[in-house]
Amino acid sequence: MKLDTQPNQRIGSAPETNSARRSFLKYSGATLATAGLVLSGCKEFYDYIPKEPGADKVNLGSGDVGILNYAYTLEQLEAAFYEMVMKMPYHGMSIEEAIILEDIKNHEVVHREFFKAALGSDGIAALAFDFSSIDFDSRESVLSTAKTFEDLGVGAYNGAGKLLKSVDYLLIAGKIVSVEARHAAALRHMVDTDPTSFAGDDVIDKNGLDRALAPQAVLEQAAGFIVNKINANNLPTS
Amino acid sequence: MTIFDLFNTKLGESDSQQAIASRREAFRQMASIGKMTAAAMAPLGLSALFATEAKADGNKVLDVLNFALLLEYLENEFYIKGLDSGVIPAGSDAEKAYMQISKHETAHVELLKSAISASGGEPIDKPGFDFSARGNFWPFAMYDDFLALSQAFEDTGVRAYKGQAGNLISSGDVLTVALQIHSVEARHASEVRRLRKLKGWITGDERGQGMPKATQPTYDGEDNLMQGGLDVTNITSVGPDGITEAFDEPLTKEEVTAIATLFIA
Repeated sequence: MKLDTQPNQRIGSAPETNSARRSFLKYSGATLATAGLVLSGCKEFYDYIPKEPGADKVNLGSGDVGILNYAYTLEQLEAAFYEMVMKMPYHGMSIEEAIILEDIKNHEVVHREFFKAALGSDGIAALAFDFSSIDFDSRESVLSTAKTFEDLGVGAYNGAGKLLKSVDYLLIAGKIVSVEARHAAALRHMVDTDPTSFAGDDVIDKNGLDRALAPQAVLEQAAGFIVNKINANNLPTS
Repeated sequence: MTIFDLFNTKLGESDSQQAIASRREAFRQMASIGKMTAAAMAPLGLSALFATEAKADGNKVLDVLNFALLLEYLENEFYIKGLDSGVIPAGSDAEKAYMQISKHETAHVELLKSAISASGGEPIDKPGFDFSARGNFWPFAMYDDFLALSQAFEDTGVRAYKGQAGNLISSGDVLTVALQIHSVEARHASEVRRLRKLKGWITGDERGQGMPKATQPTYDGEDNLMQGGLDVTNITSVGPDGITEAFDEPLTKEEVTAIATLFIA
């Protein structure tokens, strides 16, 4: 599915985008003038101004809306993944595994539908995914991918909390992240033999802290699974 | 009906509510006493970040940190005693899991104490705990009781940290650390529930098979279907069980304190 990659017009991001463009124009004009470039031969002055970086991408937007769209991106990814998992269960999926994976699929679908409804017209479009690197018939491939997604989700929400301004959105994120952590522990128990893996030393540091990841780091890891190019440039950074 | 009422009815201790209330007050005072104390040298590099942020938001952040410390004291002592008691089958995967959990709770206690000191506060002293809750549980003699209380403590811990996140929103790095502990508690909860043959997530407000009725306040309100002002049943085809499982609910400080106080000697 090829999606419309034009970013939606979003109330939250519009002023900032415009002001960014204005200052870019100002800067470019000054640079061009300083450089003494002859513009008279140009077809159009504007042809020489590069397009706004990432203008052809899915734009998450800015502020809290941007963070919610970032979460919506990850929930879309997870939900689509588990929908595939349950559409074509891997060889030898036990009943217990099927029950757990069906539950997790339902939770991720709820998260996705919730963000879609909550964001309304501020929400990004439905994304397209590329799961060609996953062998859906392989228990190992499916469960290790699921583990990666859940750990990534936990780190993503933990890192995004401080980027939110609204206490209400922070609470929603808190309600979701602990469920992702419950998933991560359950999946780790299923796929790993180490009985400490549910909160293993590979994800929990010596202070007893789970990971907290910045959006850029998370999206880099997720990028291989997402067909659309995600523009996270306007997300808050602190 | 609060858990106080529930327990008092059960135990017939007419005076304990007052005792609990005064203990609660004592904690509240303890939590605020240290606010102007000079910052101690923090043994952990991480806790240095608390120094500026917690001060900026004053008592609120210190109160949250001391509240978290109380819960971590409780969990930490519970697991140390449980592992010492021999109630957990020796050499089992469960024992290894509990050693991992215990390690994290010890780290959380140390981290929070350092953070409170670095923020110019004074960590509350560890209270004496009564994990029998006045003779109602025998967690260090009966494994089922140990597992049940462990589940209740972890599920309560998740709700407790979640309920405090909003109080930390102006102190970004402290908030992040709280969230990083919060998700570890959720991982613990999921694992302990599995050890009890339950799913890792909470369905409706069910405390789960075999959980004593006295633990119900840990699960009350988990059946919420409204999120961000939306009735989630209207926006998804997933049924109410899945919706309630998909969102963990917070508890207030008062609700958590009421639960924790049952185990304070």
